[in-house]
Amino acid sequence: MDKKWYEKNGSNGDVVISTRIRLARNLEEYPFPVRCNEQVKHQIVEKVKDAVLNNNSVIATRFTCINVDNINAGEKVSLVERHLVSPEFISEKSEKALLLLDDESVSIMINEEDHIRLQVMSEGFELDKTYEQASRIDTLLDERLKFAFSDTLGYLTQCPTNLGTGMRASVMIHLPALQATKAMRKISENLAKLGLTIRGTYGEGSEPVAAMYQLSNQISLGISEKTAIENLKNITLQLVNQELQTRENLSKQLAVQDSVYRSEGILKSARLITCDEALKHLSNIRMGITTGLIENVPLDTVNRLIVEIQPATLIHYTGQKLNPQERDAVRATLLRNNLNS
Amino acid sequence: MLCQSCKNKQANTHIKTIVNGELTEMNLCSECAAKQGYGNGMFNLNQFFDIGSLMSGFISDVATTALAPEKRCPNCGITFAQISKGGRVGCAKCYDVFYDRLLPSIKRIHGNTVHTGKKLRKPQLQSGESVSSANSVGAEVKKPSELDVLNRQMQAAVKNQEFEKAAQLRDKINELKANQGGNQ
Repeated sequence: MDKKWYEKNGSNGDVVISTRIRLARNLEEYPFPVRCNEQVKHQIVEKVKDAVLNNNSVIATRFTCINVDNINAGEKVSLVERHLVSPEFISEKSEKALLLLDDESVSIMINEEDHIRLQVMSEGFELDKTYEQASRIDTLLDERLKFAFSDTLGYLTQCPTNLGTGMRASVMIHLPALQATKAMRKISENLAKLGLTIRGTYGEGSEPVAAMYQLSNQISLGISEKTAIENLKNITLQLVNQELQTRENLSKQLAVQDSVYRSEGILKSARLITCDEALKHLSNIRMGITTGLIENVPLDTVNRLIVEIQPATLIHYTGQKLNPQERDAVRATLLRNNLNS
Repeated sequence: MLCQSCKNKQANTHIKTIVNGELTEMNLCSECAAKQGYGNGMFNLNQFFDIGSLMSGFISDVATTALAPEKRCPNCGITFAQISKGGRVGCAKCYDVFYDRLLPSIKRIHGNTVHTGKKLRKPQLQSGESVSSANSVGAEVKKPSELDVLNRQMQAAVKNQEFEKAAQLRDKINELKANQGGNQ
């Protein structure tokens, strides 16, 4: 089977990990989820499932349906860690289903905040391609499901923040150098003025673990998908350039080199390691690889490890119930095996 | 530096929070930091941000305090007061029924009130031309891409066994794809 998107390294991959397009859609004939009882929600699940699994498109057969109410807590959290669903989606139990493409690049959440949240992900910096694919699936689904739409307000959504295109386009970017030089605060303030938001992928606050950030458009009404994507592209490229330049300068400093090599040493030898510590060092190694300090470790290995070492995903893949210390041991082994080759 | 909270222990945790672009910084000792929820454990499902409660501050108008019997959406039965309180709209129809009252908050959120993106089920396009309308700004997205049109033509040609034509179209499609690929 093809590699999953988070196991690959894509265009501008030294900074941009992945691209995501999310479209919020609702079925015209039903009230929004907040006004639906379980029975109606169940009907919606069945309808969307049918529209996705039984249409004539090539990808229909590649979807599987996961009934989110029937899986255990660990599997649910792992879906979040793999960026397949939003945390909100798994937080409360009620007629929720997920349609997932085999390579995990397309996920369709049913009965999240809206009836449908269609999400397409791709490795690297691929906004146009990812949007094209999302839009194609969107059009295909609309033919069978008839989405709620108004000429003036666009796609109608349960929360007015998503009106218009219903689109959130985002890129996950790795900004260790900009974070280390304390530039993020200023960047975040300026982005807000441009209708974009940036937030940490792992952990809250302005210095998220692993220096992974999510940059996305804030506004969806009165701006076309194309313009929103162009804006995002433009700003991302500027951030990429700033980040690369800063990395270049930082990597000449002995203290930074020391920190990168220490991280490599720890990940290659540790016997117990927590998720946060591992993420911190993986971030350092990533920076080391892109500045030429570390050789022989491919970026896609690091990308994959960042997802696989997450607590629930680790359990999901090992298929055993683990207590925290066992988890730290399994995580350390996974890291050693992958980095010492 | 001493912890800003207990003013007793040495501060070793620097916490920055950004709420609506407002940044606050604090220096705390590890115990006070943990007390305030800045531990570094696994993410906590109870701490998820509730957009509904935030939105409720956004959607409001003076009319909600009037004594007149509340108008309900004939489709889903929700009142404007309920929308305002929960921050969530009841159904697609509500946007018609409460349009005037929702508009100020929509404007506040987006700075705009008219959609300009992808459009659905509009009068179909004639020979690749978009139907001119007052707000065709977003027509670029709704128009089937050149690639789609060519693909459809190619499939038709294959069906009619016009293979020469199909081959020409295929070359055109490949050329277009190569160009698009180069733009990214």
